[in-house]
Amino acid sequence: MGKVLRPGVTIKGSKDGLHFFLDESRPFSTLLSELQYKLENASTLFDGPDTYIYIKIGDRKITREEEKELRALFALRKNLIIRSIEAVDGKSYLVDEEDGIQLLAGTIRSGQVLEHRGDLLLLGDLNPGGTIRCTGSIYVLGALRGLAHAGGEGDERAIIAASLLRPTQLRISDVVSRPPDQWDESEISGMNFAYLLGGQIAVDKMHHLSRIRPEIEWKENRFRK
Amino acid sequence: MGESIVITSGKGGVGKSTTTANLGTALALGGKKVALVDMDIGLRNLDVLMGLENRIVFDIVDVVEKKCRMKQALIKDKRCDELYLLPAAQTKDKSSVSSEQLRWLVAELKEEHDYVIIDCPAGIEMGFKNAIAGASRSIVVTTPETAAIRDADRVIGLLEKEKQGNPPKLLLNRFRPRMVKEGGMMDVDEVVSVLAVDLLGVVPDDEEVIRAGNQGEPIVLHNRYLVAKAYRNIARRIQGDTVPLLVLEKERQWRSRMKKWLGFS
Repeated sequence: MGKVLRPGVTIKGSKDGLHFFLDESRPFSTLLSELQYKLENASTLFDGPDTYIYIKIGDRKITREEEKELRALFALRKNLIIRSIEAVDGKSYLVDEEDGIQLLAGTIRSGQVLEHRGDLLLLGDLNPGGTIRCTGSIYVLGALRGLAHAGGEGDERAIIAASLLRPTQLRISDVVSRPPDQWDESEISGMNFAYLLGGQIAVDKMHHLSRIRPEIEWKENRFRK
Repeated sequence: MGESIVITSGKGGVGKSTTTANLGTALALGGKKVALVDMDIGLRNLDVLMGLENRIVFDIVDVVEKKCRMKQALIKDKRCDELYLLPAAQTKDKSSVSSEQLRWLVAELKEEHDYVIIDCPAGIEMGFKNAIAGASRSIVVTTPETAAIRDADRVIGLLEKEKQGNPPKLLLNRFRPRMVKEGGMMDVDEVVSVLAVDLLGVVPDDEEVIRAGNQGEPIVLHNRYLVAKAYRNIARRIQGDTVPLLVLEKERQWRSRMKKWLGFS
């Protein structure tokens, strides 16, 4: 008797639609072929009225190519509509977006919105009335005078840092905060960053960042290991 | 082939029409052939500031609808030989012309004039979009107030998005050096650093501008005022000259000169 394998693709129904759970411990290509098999052969299940599909890929990240393949498979069945692809804990499901940091230059003026997936380094100013929205952290080499929203999809570890931090409003994850009406100029001189602390947005000097986020502190002899 | 310059601001009441009238007159005084175009259809007032209200027969809408020839609608200025005004219509609204029509109109005027200066309506709706359509250069007028700067920033963003012609230039209007010194007004450097565009000039605040406007005489015709000097300098910068910024604080100059005479400094 061979060992009975737990299926790599588990399908569960709910009142919203069908949830596809893709086992994160299997290679993605195996999952795709299993999924293809299921979609092609379980004809009775997938021929009904339009159904929403929620894909949970677990604790893994896929590339844009893999996402395309995945979507192409579901295109075999016209009644299946992909509503969302999700990784665990609201993290981004795409690989290339959190690697590195996107560099952009220019002024974001009143009425303009810069939206970005991942981390962003802006070389320029964010003016009052302008908005930056990121799923990751926001770094501004310039004056941040407008609205900055970091961790837009629930990343509570995101920070907002700027050469000159004078925002009209800051948002990290779901927390909204505006600066006190009267800035104490002596306290906020120099470079500052904002982060989430106990459900509130706190602002601190840049040289305290390594203490608050020890995981990104630089270490000596990193390359010699 | 001349140049077309649109004067815009976003916010109303910061001095677009006054700037248009004065810069146009200053350029004409410098020997250029200038056409002023009022694009604030339905709310025309450039003709009032120029004192030409009672000479209007045809207007911009008549021209684009080909009810008259361009020559018939252009009003020659009382004071300058080479200055013309194309008035807006008062009985129609912004929807009576299209941006293609205005592009054609400005191109037509450029053939005959060295400078075509377009007075843009306030706001960022159709009237604004139409007005900027034909222009190759733009001047954004703002006062050193937060609300005006916010709107100027928005307009600069829109102009940059259009990507036509040169990047917009900034004209800081109604500047009061005294208030800046007391900390009640933003300084020139502060405004320029927020808006991040080139400064074309600073025009000081002066009651005489309003008085002259009411009389239908652009203040630039009266040489004795500092405001007139500021507008003339800006007109020269438009023509490509390098002119240093005016020292606006007359009072301090006068006082320091007194001190010098008395041997204090």
